[in-house]
Amino acid sequence: MMAFALKRLLLALVVAFAVSLISFMLLRLAGDPAAALAGESASAEDIEFVRKKYGLDRPLIVQYLDWAQMVLKGDLGESSFFKKDVRSILADRLGVTLTLGGLALCFAALVGIPLGALAAVRPNTWVDRAALAIAVMGQAMPSFWFGLIMIIVLGVKLRLLPISGSETWAHFVMPAIALGYYATPAIMRLTRAGMLEVLSSDYIRTAVSKGLSPWQILFKHALRNALIPVVSLASVQFGFMLGGSVVIETVFAIHGVGFLAWESIRRSDLPVVQAIVLMLSLIYVGLNLLADVLNALLDPRIRVH
Amino acid sequence: MVEVLSEMEGAERPGSRRMLLRRIVGHKGFLAGATILLAILTVALAAPLIAPYDPYEQNLDRRLIPPVWHEEGTWSHPLGTDGLGRDYLSRLVYGSRISLLIGVSTVAISAVIGSTLGILAGYFGGRVDLVISFLIMVRLAMPVILVALAVVALVGGSLKIVILVLGLLLWDRFAVVMRATTQLVRSADYVRAARAAGASTVHILVSEILPNLMGHLMVIVTLEMARAILLEAALSFLGLGVQPPLPSWGLMVSEGKEFMLFSPWVITIPGAALFMLVLAINLLGDGIRDIAAPEART
Repeated sequence: MMAFALKRLLLALVVAFAVSLISFMLLRLAGDPAAALAGESASAEDIEFVRKKYGLDRPLIVQYLDWAQMVLKGDLGESSFFKKDVRSILADRLGVTLTLGGLALCFAALVGIPLGALAAVRPNTWVDRAALAIAVMGQAMPSFWFGLIMIIVLGVKLRLLPISGSETWAHFVMPAIALGYYATPAIMRLTRAGMLEVLSSDYIRTAVSKGLSPWQILFKHALRNALIPVVSLASVQFGFMLGGSVVIETVFAIHGVGFLAWESIRRSDLPVVQAIVLMLSLIYVGLNLLADVLNALLDPRIRVH
Repeated sequence: MVEVLSEMEGAERPGSRRMLLRRIVGHKGFLAGATILLAILTVALAAPLIAPYDPYEQNLDRRLIPPVWHEEGTWSHPLGTDGLGRDYLSRLVYGSRISLLIGVSTVAISAVIGSTLGILAGYFGGRVDLVISFLIMVRLAMPVILVALAVVALVGGSLKIVILVLGLLLWDRFAVVMRATTQLVRSADYVRAARAAGASTVHILVSEILPNLMGHLMVIVTLEMARAILLEAALSFLGLGVQPPLPSWGLMVSEGKEFMLFSPWVITIPGAALFMLVLAINLLGDGIRDIAAPEART
């Protein structure tokens, strides 16, 4: 088990390294950071001055190694807009985004798992079809639009919830739903498929013939096993949600990492953008690693491969 | 694919084709999706004939006229007008062209990249598989929206750039699925027979393996098309996608945002159009999966 975990950890580190290299190159090649730093009214000499000052005239690979070395020491550079340490800016904002992502995942699991289980217990009935309809509709709804509709209906017309900011828990209700419902169909479908498979297995038949109550079979035996793949899906979805927070945080003016990313992109604040891309990929890689190890713990068959 | 079907419906011969047709006609979701998609496609192709006005023509005397079902609505602007007095129906009609173009072109790029990588990895295995699997992992770890937003912002937003950026980012699912399915058919009898008969590797990949992956490929094509359309809408909504005055549906929602409290139709109409289009594509995809690759259902 240790060997398996170590191997995965090593792989995750290499992936993280590759992602950081690619995102660095991509952002550098896509535009001229010196021009962006110097501002719109800068002359050609100003831009050259900035290029020299920040070392942007050196070969890209040297710049990358320089940046990577700083990052490894925990220094993410200085924001060209805030004139502040990027790390402290991110530290202030990360909590909000993680809270939003966590709540969104809870919403997706609380809706997706029961619906999926129910659909599997009564396959090809109206319950199954209704669950499928919810899934298909959910996948087709643009999240920013869903967010705006909720703002109009729940926020402005019915005055049930606050429409922007992140001061109280009530502020998180609509954004969490808008962010979470997109992951719901995938969780639901996987739960349904897992339950269908488990329910037709021998040990469930044994449990039935032993005369256990249906509820006991469903919760103690079936659901537990059906949820193993859902756990790894959920962790991957959490990573996607942190990316999706760019859209939802902008809609609801929540001052988390996503909103910061959008603002920084518009302000050409490259150090911040780079740091956020790196951080989100690291979180994703970390979650994947966690899911792999967790899966291997729950299902020993995986470790062999 | 045809082989698989005729095997399963062995008793139903003659005509695996007739069987296929019966399955298509019997699948309500597929039919509904195909009908909606066909309608939107017709609207997009016949846009100049359907749109009552020039979608770019502003008329500041006729700003924010509500749609006909509203009390103050008028038939001269069936879906009302936007904040600049442009006819909303005309913009919606022309906007369908942008969404469809994004969906088709993005997938054309990403399907080629992803399927090539996936089939190579699945067929050759070993080191090739190792390298390609690594590429897939790296791609999956990159936050799509964020990277797309940043690149579009740096290069400058336009329809072409959005298509290119999304096309280069959205190949992951093609690669993952094509890799797995190629691994399954790699050792099938017909592939072995072709190899024994001395067929070249290219011939085996293109003529023996690819046709048998078509069902799965089509399912991913629909999924990714839907994803690309939603992503373009999100990018345009955030102001870093297709640029004004183009009538992208996502951009229409963005432009309508400031009026949405008193004139909610400016965001409900383009949003509903996006929803219908993506719903149709997803229904079609689910249908294709049930009909052509039923074992892929999850």
